[in-house]
Amino acid sequence: MTLPSPLLQLTDIAKSFGAVRALRSGQFELRAGEIHALAGENGAGKSTLMNIIDGILQPDSGSIRIDGHSVRIDSPAMAQRLGIGFVHQEIALCADISVAENIFMAETAQSRRRLMGGADLIKRAAEVLAPLGDIDPRLPAGRLSISQQQLVEIAKALTLDCRILILDEPTAALTEHEAQKLFGIMRRLADKGMGIIYISHRMAEIFQICDRVTVMRDGQHIRTDRIADITPADVVNAMVGRQLDALYPPKLAGPRGPEILSVANLTDRRYKDVSFALHRGEILGFAGLIGAGRSEIARGVTRLEGNARGEVRLDGAPVVLRDYADCIAKGIVYLSEDRKGDGVFLDLPIAANVSALDLSRVARRGMVDAARETDQAQRIGATLKLKAASMAHRVASLSGGNQQKVALAKLLAVEPKVIFLDEPTRGVDVGAKAEIHGILRALAESGVGVAVISSEMPELIGLCDRVLVVSEGRVSGELSGTDLTETNIMTLAAPGAISGATALSGTLA
Amino acid sequence: MTTTAQDRSLLSRLFGARETGLVLIILTLFILMSFASPHFLTWTNMRAMTMAFSVEAIVVVGMTILLISGGIDLSVGSVTALAMVIAGLLFLNGVNPWLASLIAIGACAGIGAVMGFFVTYVGLHHFIVTLAAMVIARGLCLLGTGGRPLGLFELPDSFKWIGIGSIGVIPVAIVIFVIVVVVFDFLLRRTTAFRLVYYTGSNEKAAAYSGIRTKRVIFLTTVLCSTLCGVAGIIYMARFGSAQPTFGVGMELNVIAAAVIGGASLSGGKGTIFGAILGAVLLSLVSSSLALLNVSVYWQDIIRGSILLAAVTFDHYLVKRQAAGGRA
Repeated sequence: MTLPSPLLQLTDIAKSFGAVRALRSGQFELRAGEIHALAGENGAGKSTLMNIIDGILQPDSGSIRIDGHSVRIDSPAMAQRLGIGFVHQEIALCADISVAENIFMAETAQSRRRLMGGADLIKRAAEVLAPLGDIDPRLPAGRLSISQQQLVEIAKALTLDCRILILDEPTAALTEHEAQKLFGIMRRLADKGMGIIYISHRMAEIFQICDRVTVMRDGQHIRTDRIADITPADVVNAMVGRQLDALYPPKLAGPRGPEILSVANLTDRRYKDVSFALHRGEILGFAGLIGAGRSEIARGVTRLEGNARGEVRLDGAPVVLRDYADCIAKGIVYLSEDRKGDGVFLDLPIAANVSALDLSRVARRGMVDAARETDQAQRIGATLKLKAASMAHRVASLSGGNQQKVALAKLLAVEPKVIFLDEPTRGVDVGAKAEIHGILRALAESGVGVAVISSEMPELIGLCDRVLVVSEGRVSGELSGTDLTETNIMTLAAPGAISGATALSGTLA
Repeated sequence: MTTTAQDRSLLSRLFGARETGLVLIILTLFILMSFASPHFLTWTNMRAMTMAFSVEAIVVVGMTILLISGGIDLSVGSVTALAMVIAGLLFLNGVNPWLASLIAIGACAGIGAVMGFFVTYVGLHHFIVTLAAMVIARGLCLLGTGGRPLGLFELPDSFKWIGIGSIGVIPVAIVIFVIVVVVFDFLLRRTTAFRLVYYTGSNEKAAAYSGIRTKRVIFLTTVLCSTLCGVAGIIYMARFGSAQPTFGVGMELNVIAAAVIGGASLSGGKGTIFGAILGAVLLSLVSSSLALLNVSVYWQDIIRGSILLAAVTFDHYLVKRQAAGGRA
């Protein structure tokens, strides 16, 4: 049997930006009807390669063939005409116009009709959205949650009638439930003959949904295998180019220490009667769907948003926390889920970022001491294995993983007693991710109370000693030891998990 | 003297790349003008040139700090004029000129506080709030004076001294300008309190997530800018011996241009006092050079606008190059 020519074939693609060689020899083959994972650390050249397919960038050399015919893709509009759809990782919707108008933006730009359709547009948008989730196409896009916005981005690509679909980390902002729905849609599209390129850092997803996987490192093609012929460890090792000892650090071995933070009956608009205790030595996880109230609870305790009522005890003694500045002074800090938005100051030097929470640590008589500020950043940076040429460089010049380390260093500079981390490894590559997990475990061992909010279930299960599941603003259960499984988390996280207590005990028994 | 690599790094550490570049441009222009016009390098011309921008430079200081915090103030010209009018009216009604000045500066601070309130606690944009304040303050000036300048020839010489007096050969106004610039440049570079201004302007949300009370920072920088306008207004009044209700029309554009040429950004988080003053010096130098060379006054605006555009374009490419280089 002879194989037909592949749907898309990239051969020996090279691309440099000034002195930086982003791609040396990019190879990629996509067949009709397959879901092909593209894996690699940040900076491996995945995005450059995809931007070349989408006509955003032009290769310096190499060839692109579609159905065996050599093509030149000189613009995204050209890519669209060739049947290529690209869902970017960054959400780029117009916040003030309706979901329906957002979805058909590309079509409108191409169309010869002078007026935007009204009711017809909304009806067609509803049809595209129906399999993805419950989203009202008439709402302004800015009113949707991040995960709904991501679904709208995907819907946008689906309307383009494409044969090649590129999905760049589409599940980063999705809940597990939404991700599963998306996988169902992807499979149906592939069965109809579409070729899908799937970029993700999550091994579990790659192994669940994809047919083949291509690994890139340092701008080069490393290997392409059928999923059935390879293990997650092989993929990770090919990505980092060395053997990783283990994906997660060992868990708490002995008994946990005394309570360091306890919260009783915390109540605000988005959550009700939340109670939990955080012990020294343990890592406590918060699981739940996006929008369940996990982040809101952490930001409620730390006084970053809302006006929560309830009792908070620190080291056994009741405390009144007035605002976040007061929290920092008492040793409770929060790592934001949105690193670029509010986690770091991208335009300021690394040293100024690290000192931001408490300048008095690097100041004398109200004056910032530049030498002490640099020392502090270097000292904490070294413990976090921060890779930066100089502490005077802007944070924007660092990779995602190193930016996250700066965000973490900022918090550690105040020597916190309790640290809430919201999605601590979002958008961070595999190597840095393992390092951050190691750092969190070391922090817990040193007596800091560590609470981790994550939408990645393998991370919660691999990293945490104990996980609280939040559903619709309430704590619906606590899992640890052998009970800490994806199925149990899903059961407790599902809306209605609390009222359906009997069903729950049935599953957990 | 030879310039070693170490000297150069010391220079750039002292001033930063932007300031060094501006100093070089200013020096070049200075040398060219000394050859081009015999009237340029004279004590009278130097003194006139410095006097011309020294008072406005006090407003530049306030504007720069506000720009760094992420704000902007379009009302500076009107508020400066209002300080003159309030102090002038009080003086004409028998109030001691020093006390009248203090009250006028206080009133300007009050206007800053009202603007700051609308920006931080009501949540409106600086541009709109200060645009409204610009029009209202100008209206108050015209209302208070009936649209005519107030003659203040009766001002005592001890008061006029701050506008026209000298300490040795140096005019008092220039001494005040130097003190304001040096003090605020130091505060902004070194103190923790003013570092919070950079944090807030660089990313207001990240600042809030670092425990910084950002509303307070923005409120206070808005008040500071208006207060410095008040100070400038009083010095102008002492210099002119009158209060002109139409004084300072268009001043905001000059002041913002100076700060931006000096490295401040309208999106906040960037800029230095020293850079902004160099921007003001450059604009003033260009104006007086063109005047000495008998270039039509209409050309001056065109050339100053072009300098502003060139500075911002240069910045834009510098940022883009840094971003591209950082991806390595």
